[in-house]
Amino acid sequence: MRLLFIILILLVAGLFVAGLTVGPADTGFTEALAALVNGGDGPLPLVMREIRLPRALLAVMVGAGLGLSGAALQGYLRNPLAEPGLIGVSNAAALGAVVVIHAGLVASGTLALPFAALGGALIGVFLVLALAGAQGGSLTLILAGIAISALAGALTSLVLNLSPNPFAASEIVFWMMGSLADRSIVHVGLLLPFVLVGGAMILSLARGLDALTLGEDAAETMGYSLTRLRLVLVIGVAAIVGGATAVAGAIGFVGLVVPHILRPFVGAQPSRLLWASALGGAVMLQMADILVRVILPERDLKLGVVTAIVGAPLFLHLIVKTRRESGGGLA
Amino acid sequence: MLLASPGQLISVSDVASDPQVSAMIDEARAYPQNFGRAEEIYLMKPDLVLVGEYSRTQAAEMLERLGVPVLRLPFARSMEDVAEGIRLLGQALGRAAEAEAMAADFEARLATLRAEVRSNPRAALYSANGYTTGRLSLSGQILLAAGFSNVADEAGIPIGGNLPMERLVMAEPDLLITAAPYPGASRSEDVLRHPAVQAMRAAQTSKMISSNDWVCGTPYVLRAIETLAGERRALDAQDRAGEAGQ
Repeated sequence: MRLLFIILILLVAGLFVAGLTVGPADTGFTEALAALVNGGDGPLPLVMREIRLPRALLAVMVGAGLGLSGAALQGYLRNPLAEPGLIGVSNAAALGAVVVIHAGLVASGTLALPFAALGGALIGVFLVLALAGAQGGSLTLILAGIAISALAGALTSLVLNLSPNPFAASEIVFWMMGSLADRSIVHVGLLLPFVLVGGAMILSLARGLDALTLGEDAAETMGYSLTRLRLVLVIGVAAIVGGATAVAGAIGFVGLVVPHILRPFVGAQPSRLLWASALGGAVMLQMADILVRVILPERDLKLGVVTAIVGAPLFLHLIVKTRRESGGGLA
Repeated sequence: MLLASPGQLISVSDVASDPQVSAMIDEARAYPQNFGRAEEIYLMKPDLVLVGEYSRTQAAEMLERLGVPVLRLPFARSMEDVAEGIRLLGQALGRAAEAEAMAADFEARLATLRAEVRSNPRAALYSANGYTTGRLSLSGQILLAAGFSNVADEAGIPIGGNLPMERLVMAEPDLLITAAPYPGASRSEDVLRHPAVQAMRAAQTSKMISSNDWVCGTPYVLRAIETLAGERRALDAQDRAGEAGQ
C-alpha cells in the first residue's frame, strides 16, 4: 500500500521534471532547470516560466482531477465503465465553454469560462444519473452517456460552425480531443480553485463510498445519507471536469484506465482508490503530454488521441468482462 | 478592379468586401456582389470569368462545361508573380498597355525599395495556431523585399507551417508581425495573447500587424513593403543610437 503511493509520487515528480525539459526548442537539461529557478534575461527563462511550467502544472492538475473523478463515479455507481468522458460529462462541459466563448460573453481567460463549463458538466452528470439511475446497469449507463455525448458534441460543432471566426470550426478537434499546447499561467490560475474544491468534495466522500460497497441499505444504516453523497459527488465531479475541459478540452479515458489498473493494488477499496487514481491520473496525463510532444512536436497532436488509443481497447476488454460476470447480458 | 475599363467588370466576389483580406473594400462596394456560385454567375452571362487558381474549382469547372470562358489567375508567391499576374490580366481584358504600365511602375517602385536595404534585421510572422510563413510565400517575399530576414527560414519552414511558440521565443526576432484578429472569439488566436508572446511584444518598440495589403498579389503589396521598410529604418536608428550610447 505505502509502497504504491511512494512509487506513484516518485513517478509524478519524475515526469514533471521530464515534462519541463522536453520540448520543441533545444534546451539543455540543467540550463533549462536553472533558467526556471533563477530567471534572468533572455528567451530561455521566458520559455520555461511562461510556456513549459504552465503546461506541466496543467498536466498534473487535469490528470489528477480526471483520475479522481473516474474513481469516484465508479465507486458511486459500482460500475467500472463509468468515466466522465465516456458518459458525456466532458462533452457537456465543452459545450458550456464553447457557448459562452462564442456568445461573446467571455474573452477566454476569465472565470466565466470554467463556470460555464461547470454548468455544462452539471447538466451532463444530472442527465446521466437521471437516465441511468444509481441502480441502472452498465447498458443504460453507457447508452445514456452515448446519447448525451453525441448531442453535446453535435451542438458544440454547430456553435463553432456558426461563428464568424474562420478558425472556430477547426477548433472542434480541440474541444473533442483536448490539448495542453500553448496554455499559459492564466489557465493554471483558472483551473486550480476548481480542482481543489472539487477534489476536496470528492475526497470527503471516501468513507461513504467504502460503506456503499456493502450495498445502499447497509450504507444508509451506517448513517450515510445517499442523497447528500450523490449531491456532493455530482458537484465535485462537475467542478473538476468543467474546469479541466474549459482549459484543456475534453480528454477521455483517463478516469477509466487509471482506476482499472490501480484497483488490484488497493484491495478494491474506494477510499484508497480515490487517492491512488488522482496520482495515477497525473502520471498518465503527463506521460501522454510528453508523448504528443515527442512523436509529432510540430503538429499539436491531441491528447485525447493518445488516451483513447490506450483506453479504448481496455474499455472493450471491460465490456467483455462485465458481460461474462453478469452471465451474458450487459444489463 | 485596378485594370478594367469602366463597365468592363460586372461583379466582384463577396471576398472583395471582407476587410480582413481585401485591400479594396471601398472600391468593391460599387459593384454587384457574387458569392462564387456557378448558377448566379452563369445568369450574369459574363464574357469572361476570373478565378483564383485554387478557389471555387468546382464552380469554375461547371461554368466551363456550360461554355463560359474562365481564366484561372495563378496564385502569387513572389514579387515576379505579381507583375506577371498584372500583365496576364491586362491581356485577357484587352488592356495590355495599361497593364504593362502598371507592372513597370510596380517593378520600378519595388526596385527602389529593394535598393535602399542596408541591414537585415530578423522578423517573424506569427498568426493563429502558431502558423508562420517562409521564403516561398507572398508574405515571406514581402518581408524579404523590405529587407528583413525571416525566422521561419532559420527554422526550416520554407512555405508555411507551425512554429512552436517555444522556438519563436528562443529565436528572439527583432520584429514580431502578427495577424489582425478576426471577429468572434477563437482559441486558435489565443496564442497571440499568450503571456510569452506579449512579453516579446512589450520588449519591441513596434507593434506590427499584417493587414489586407499582404494577402493578394496586387500592387498593394508595395504598401505593405513600404510600411515594413519604415520599421526597418526605425530598428536601424535604434541600433545606431545603442552603439552611439556605448
